[in-house]
Amino acid sequence: MTIIEDGAQAKERWDPGVQSYAGMGYWNPDYVPKDTDVLAVFRVAPQDGVEPIEAAAAVAGESSTATWTVVWTDRLTANSHYQAKAYRVEEVPGRPGEYFAYVAYDIDLFEEGSIANLTSSIIGNVFGFKPLKALRLEDLRIPVAYVKTFQGPAHGIVMERELLNKYGRPLLGATIKPKLGLSARNYGRVVYEACRGGLDFTKDDENINSQPFMRWRDRFLYGMEGVNKAMAETGEIKGHYLNVTAGTMEEMYRRAEFAKELGSVVVMIDLTIGYTAIQSMAHWARENSVLLHLHRAGHSTYTRQKTHGVSFRVIAKWCRLMGVDHVHAGTVVGKLEGDPATTLGYYDTLREGFVPANPQNGIFFDQDWISMPGVMPVASGGIHAGQMHQLLDLFQDDVVLQFGGGTIGHPYGIAAGAEANRVALEAMVKARNEGRDLLREGPDVLRNAAKSCAPLEAALSTWGDVTFDYTSTDAPDVVPTPLPSA
Amino acid sequence: MNLRHGTFSYLPDLTDEEIAAQIRYALRHGWPVSVVYTDDTHTRNVSWEMWGLPMFDLAEPDGVLALINECRATFPNHYVRVLAYDASLGRQTTAMQFLVQRPAEEPGFLLTRVEGVDRTQRYAVTSYATSRPAGARYVRG
Repeated sequence: MTIIEDGAQAKERWDPGVQSYAGMGYWNPDYVPKDTDVLAVFRVAPQDGVEPIEAAAAVAGESSTATWTVVWTDRLTANSHYQAKAYRVEEVPGRPGEYFAYVAYDIDLFEEGSIANLTSSIIGNVFGFKPLKALRLEDLRIPVAYVKTFQGPAHGIVMERELLNKYGRPLLGATIKPKLGLSARNYGRVVYEACRGGLDFTKDDENINSQPFMRWRDRFLYGMEGVNKAMAETGEIKGHYLNVTAGTMEEMYRRAEFAKELGSVVVMIDLTIGYTAIQSMAHWARENSVLLHLHRAGHSTYTRQKTHGVSFRVIAKWCRLMGVDHVHAGTVVGKLEGDPATTLGYYDTLREGFVPANPQNGIFFDQDWISMPGVMPVASGGIHAGQMHQLLDLFQDDVVLQFGGGTIGHPYGIAAGAEANRVALEAMVKARNEGRDLLREGPDVLRNAAKSCAPLEAALSTWGDVTFDYTSTDAPDVVPTPLPSA
Repeated sequence: MNLRHGTFSYLPDLTDEEIAAQIRYALRHGWPVSVVYTDDTHTRNVSWEMWGLPMFDLAEPDGVLALINECRATFPNHYVRVLAYDASLGRQTTAMQFLVQRPAEEPGFLLTRVEGVDRTQRYAVTSYATSRPAGARYVRG
């Protein structure tokens, strides 16, 4: 229902009291989204008795200009310009009571270059709204005009490879284990062994910041000792993601500056520091030529259930705009949630220059990133060398594969674990380039490579049978278009 | 010491057939291929010396293999590597990089530490071979 300007209708629209959101113009099926609009698609579960269109209009209203009652001050603004418009509502296939609601937001609603503002605007208010049982932000189309106001990745995939001088294969990493408790000197030992054995990176865990058992400065010193020893031993560039997450922004800058002084090629931060802090660190990272790794700590509290929250594909978009160089995006075959279709949607969102709408992968909108560099996705969590063919087949080359337990838990030791992973990876890349079918012949490639690599042989026999097969909690809801029969 | 450099340095040295297979992969993608050599493998020495110019519009790997063998014959004690380049929008960078020759003896790198204030170390990695002048660095045992 479009906004009526003539006298009689206008008087009704502005009468004090409660009106339907749809009636106030927040539902507008004739609205044609502009190229400069931010577009959102929400999964809406209205309370019993609430009509889906009214629910969609309420979402549009409460995430833009509305409140629960008519206010005369709306008439002091060009309110039809600023109000969001829900322009389409459709049932979710196979899930009664759930609807996809499409909402358009004018670009003028948002501060340039601010993810804090974008998120406060769209998800800051409406998710607790009583007339909705549940609400999830499934996807967000960022208009090119708005993309251009953000820095984007501090370095991006291409620059990262040039900085590390490594091409044509995935990168390898490992999170130091145990998660907590090691003292600095022993922590540095693990860094050294993993890097000299063949990994490109090692990583602080998300909860390693600066605790009584190990303070950050000591960790940074011993970590860089390990990195440099490994570089001298192998002749290739190594890095340890030094976690600079701290209680205040000022402390984070102090830690990041020290990491830079020590010559680290990379620092890391946790998602829990917040969008503003992440954006600040991304700017610092570009200005100081240090790669920025983001651990998505805490995301699965709100990304995992398909009924309520924010889909990780939206978080991934925000990460690319803010400007991190790495972000964890899922393994599919490891210990943490992520089905193949949605995960490949995340990887496309992070890496590609133009991501077309693809309901099978949960991508609702075309997204043009123009020339914004890609973010290197990180696959981490319960993966091992025996899955290398699956990992390479799923993710190809632009990915960091991280094997924490799969390196440190190796029966012959950490360096052997690292070597097993590196040999498995290189053998698989070589086989892929030669044209072999990875999924069918992968296990043979691994066994063959293991013949001249005892650590790989041991890795395969220790973990060969480990899989994590559980039903996904969040797979795309789409009725597949039947293919014409051959 | 075994220099780790390029995509396949943890695998046994590639045979000529295996090198050809990798080049075919590059050609299928339409990537030009070049051959470079060096005797200074410091990690920040990214631009090795070019052996001839990059080869565009190749259909078969033979031309590259001939070039590789010329380079290896001329510099039997140098590192030689093959590069493939991806000029497409959004990439415009190296696509592949792998060694096709290494010297018989690789003495490795020295790690020096200069103690600074507050336990900070300034690290430097130097190749033992570069204590000799270019061209005289690696000698067949």
